[in-house]
Amino acid sequence: MSNTLTKTAAARQKAANPFSLSAALKNGGPVIWLSCLIMGLGNLLSGQIIMGLLFLAIEVGVIAFLAMPSGGFYWISMLPSLGWREQQKVFNEETFVYEYVAGDQSQLILLYGIASLCVIALFVLVWQSSVRSGYKAVYLKKNGKHVPNIVETVRGLFDENVHKLLMFLPTACLAIFTILPLFYMMSMAFTNYSKEGDHLVLFDWVGLANFKAIFDSTSTIGKQFGSVLTWTLIWAFFATFLNFFLGTIMALIINRKTIRYKALWRGCLSMTIAVPQFVSLMVIRSMLQPEGIVNRMLLNAGLISQRLPFLTNATWARVLVIIVNLWVGIPYTIMQVTGILQNIPAEQYEAARIDGANVFQTFFNITLPYMIFVLTPYIITQFTGNINNFNVIYLLTRGEPMYVGNSAGETDLLVTWLYKLSVDQQKYNLAAVIGIFTFVVLSIVSLITYRSSGSYKDEEGFK
Amino acid sequence: MAKKVHGGMKAKRITGDVITYIFLILVCIAWLLPFFWLVMQSFRDGKGQFISTFLPTAYTLNNYKALFTEFDVMNFPRMFLNTFGIACCTCVISTFFVLSVSYCTSRLKWKMRKPYMNMAMILNLFPGFMTMVAVYFILKALGMTEGNKIPLALIICFSSGAGTQFYVMKGFMDTIPKALDEAAAIDGCTRWQIFTKITLPLCKPMIVYQIITSFMAPWVDFVFAKVIVRTNSQYFTVSIGLWNMLEKEYVDTWFVRFCAGAVLVSIPISILFMITQKFYQEAMNGAVKG
Repeated sequence: MSNTLTKTAAARQKAANPFSLSAALKNGGPVIWLSCLIMGLGNLLSGQIIMGLLFLAIEVGVIAFLAMPSGGFYWISMLPSLGWREQQKVFNEETFVYEYVAGDQSQLILLYGIASLCVIALFVLVWQSSVRSGYKAVYLKKNGKHVPNIVETVRGLFDENVHKLLMFLPTACLAIFTILPLFYMMSMAFTNYSKEGDHLVLFDWVGLANFKAIFDSTSTIGKQFGSVLTWTLIWAFFATFLNFFLGTIMALIINRKTIRYKALWRGCLSMTIAVPQFVSLMVIRSMLQPEGIVNRMLLNAGLISQRLPFLTNATWARVLVIIVNLWVGIPYTIMQVTGILQNIPAEQYEAARIDGANVFQTFFNITLPYMIFVLTPYIITQFTGNINNFNVIYLLTRGEPMYVGNSAGETDLLVTWLYKLSVDQQKYNLAAVIGIFTFVVLSIVSLITYRSSGSYKDEEGFK
Repeated sequence: MAKKVHGGMKAKRITGDVITYIFLILVCIAWLLPFFWLVMQSFRDGKGQFISTFLPTAYTLNNYKALFTEFDVMNFPRMFLNTFGIACCTCVISTFFVLSVSYCTSRLKWKMRKPYMNMAMILNLFPGFMTMVAVYFILKALGMTEGNKIPLALIICFSSGAGTQFYVMKGFMDTIPKALDEAAAIDGCTRWQIFTKITLPLCKPMIVYQIITSFMAPWVDFVFAKVIVRTNSQYFTVSIGLWNMLEKEYVDTWFVRFCAGAVLVSIPISILFMITQKFYQEAMNGAVKG
């Protein structure tokens, strides 16, 4: 009910906004039409000198950036070809030495080209707001109303427009260091930018060839993709559900009414969260080496006659990362679960006890269903988090054991493989494809659960 | 009869308790054993990664001393100071970003609010490592990956994404009654004043939580730092330094010193973590009441 009310209110407000772009273009008259070309003209003629000059300066600056030699338009014009001039050695007749003439660098062309496109997109936004602001100023002046001067505009930034002031820097940083790199990286998926075939300096668009190679289950890379994907899903499943299941049991045990020093037990367990993972996991890695202390102790105790291949055998390594992940993950579950356990209505347990249910029956029929019901969003986040769990795998096994000729190890997840492909092996195109694929999987999983979760629907509730 | 049943139940309860205690003690030992081993190794006299006994045979403080006196291969104090400086800047910038964004998304109505929140959610779904190489190329194009600009590049890396990490803080701000804002507005406060004089003081425990959390990020991250710093050893952060100590060429001499360094880093980080938990609990329990 209240939802529909706010919606209609918003719609009415939208319809009533007299200073939209279309209204400006329809009713603005020659001054506004001219200020579509010369930004800030409307403001200048209505007395908002500084605002007008600001818009004009932005326009001049952007046009200068785009039009100057090796400026925006140059990079955009190079985008379709991504450059072709190779670095050349030219003999200089006067100095008698060979001089290098710089060739094109496809990677820079791609980066600057995309950045220029972003600048143009931003410029369109500024242009829109300049036309609207000019229209508003002209309109106010024509109707004999007060036209806000620069002091009032700045003051507005601290009051009704405070969101513009506060959001500017965070959004700018996001745009430059998250969104731009994302577009840049995604576009690499459609090129042959890779060490393979010596395409690190000059590369070309190849369309969907990388996607075809990776999703072709008969090619070498396709087979690896298949095995890495399978392991990633197996890992995410076990890491999530074992953690949840065992963590809940641990929390229940600690919560047992007659047990004392609850904070102490929880404190001990949460050491694995408090100590940085790169410390704790690297220590475990060192302990599990063939010569490491665990093997040594087992040998000394006479329990084994030869060293166990903890991290050198694929199956051992896979089981071990899941177990070590329990060591890291169970405390997280305990932290999450403890509060919720106390919310389970006591009458249910009472009734179950009277009916003669034993501990296991109560756990599987009351506790677990309740927990799963309440914590579904948490489990899903854990699942997606585990698909992306770089630290545990990379610090513990570095994706190894790795067989000769493969680019992915046996314990590599999609993310660690992506990291290796881009940082170590410089096959940026394949890395980009895997990144896009991971994103698609994650977004499908999250969208479904997020849309159906209460927090999304209730978000409007508090208003 | 009834008394006997009661006694039987009590005995059963006591055995249950004893089993539980034994179980808990065993679990805790399993949980803490690696850390105990780490601390013991940091006091070990001798070299090498692999030894034949669980506890060292000889103890010394030299590993700690060496970290602060021998600088020819790894300069631990410098790594520590590098990380500290980066962490201070990062926590100021990130906290400011998070507070701004959560105030705007939680308390204000503006046209792009919902699109912004959806965009942030989508951005969070991309694996962070996917953009890492691209970020490196961009920083390189800006000339920030050489010399003394490296710390600046790291600060940007750690704090630029803060604009999407606002969900916890926003959730907390959502619990502050809107009536407070309205009352202040009637009294003539601008939105900026409401933000700084009303919302921020009420968020104090969450702000402390946020500050410490973002302060810890540069200490625990090693992936971004490794890609940006590469081999410029004078700009190493603690985590890359410790990682390098376990590389093949150093591990023989440096393993015990790695243990000492790991202990030195883990202690403050663990304490900070405990503090964040305290403030987080405080914030969750003491959400502002109208």
